[in-house]
Amino acid sequence: MSDDTPIPATHDIGGLARFHCTPVEHDEVPPDGFGRKVDALRQVLAQKGLMTVDELRRGIEGIPEAEYFALGYYERWLRSITALMIEKGHVQKDVLE
Amino acid sequence: MAAPPRPESLALLDRLMAALEAKGIVTEAEIAERQANTDKASPETGARMVAKAWTDPAYRQLLLTDGKAAAEAMGVSMAGAPPLGVLENTPTRHHLVVCTLCSCYPRAVLGYPPNWYKSFAYRSRAVREPRAVLAEWGLNLPDSVEVRVVDSTADYRWMVLPMRPAGTEGWDEARLASLVTRDALVGVAVAKPA
Repeated sequence: MSDDTPIPATHDIGGLARFHCTPVEHDEVPPDGFGRKVDALRQVLAQKGLMTVDELRRGIEGIPEAEYFALGYYERWLRSITALMIEKGHVQKDVLE
Repeated sequence: MAAPPRPESLALLDRLMAALEAKGIVTEAEIAERQANTDKASPETGARMVAKAWTDPAYRQLLLTDGKAAAEAMGVSMAGAPPLGVLENTPTRHHLVVCTLCSCYPRAVLGYPPNWYKSFAYRSRAVREPRAVLAEWGLNLPDSVEVRVVDSTADYRWMVLPMRPAGTEGWDEARLASLVTRDALVGVAVAKPA
């Protein structure tokens, strides 16, 4: 690998050696109420033209690495949606407190 | 197992919802309604599409050329959804779908993606050692079968058209659909035997 090869972004984990010895846990538990509500909120905000999937992804992909791997799936979504709503001025920063 | 959300995440969702409601942007009722609609999507739709493709050559052609139109032909609303590509398994080629970057999944026809599809292990390993991942599902493909891994993205979703099991001649669509599992539609399995 040459020195100018960019380091893959946190979310870009296809082929990443870090997980090669990790079996895929056959987790069939359906999403919980929290996850399904975050999911529905994202859909409604998108339908109202207040955010896009690409914006959601930018927010998720911008989460610092340690937190990206520690947060749950829909927790990452909520983090991104909240940041977007603040960035766009739809809610105030104090929603984080 | 996926860890439950942290208390601070539950509290953040409550505060965000309250702030959005106060601004008149969303209501709890419309979120609940959307959630109920989303809950209705299930792999049974994908299974019906496969069963129809197994019995109806014209539909099979439509499914393989325009998955979105094929879903709509089954009464599924695909408004706003990205294109749906359908990958045909053959005796010499098996397809496996993954989303390495996140969790892109044809939700309108398969429902919520399962937790394992979103797991770091599946996302990273499916493209590097697909046969090892399939073996963990109990699917050991002979070397004569090529494994083609396809990366689903935010802009293009994929579903597998599994092979019709032997001994199902004359079966109607509903009976055939009962052999098509979600796992077969993602490619971590084949259709159930007759």
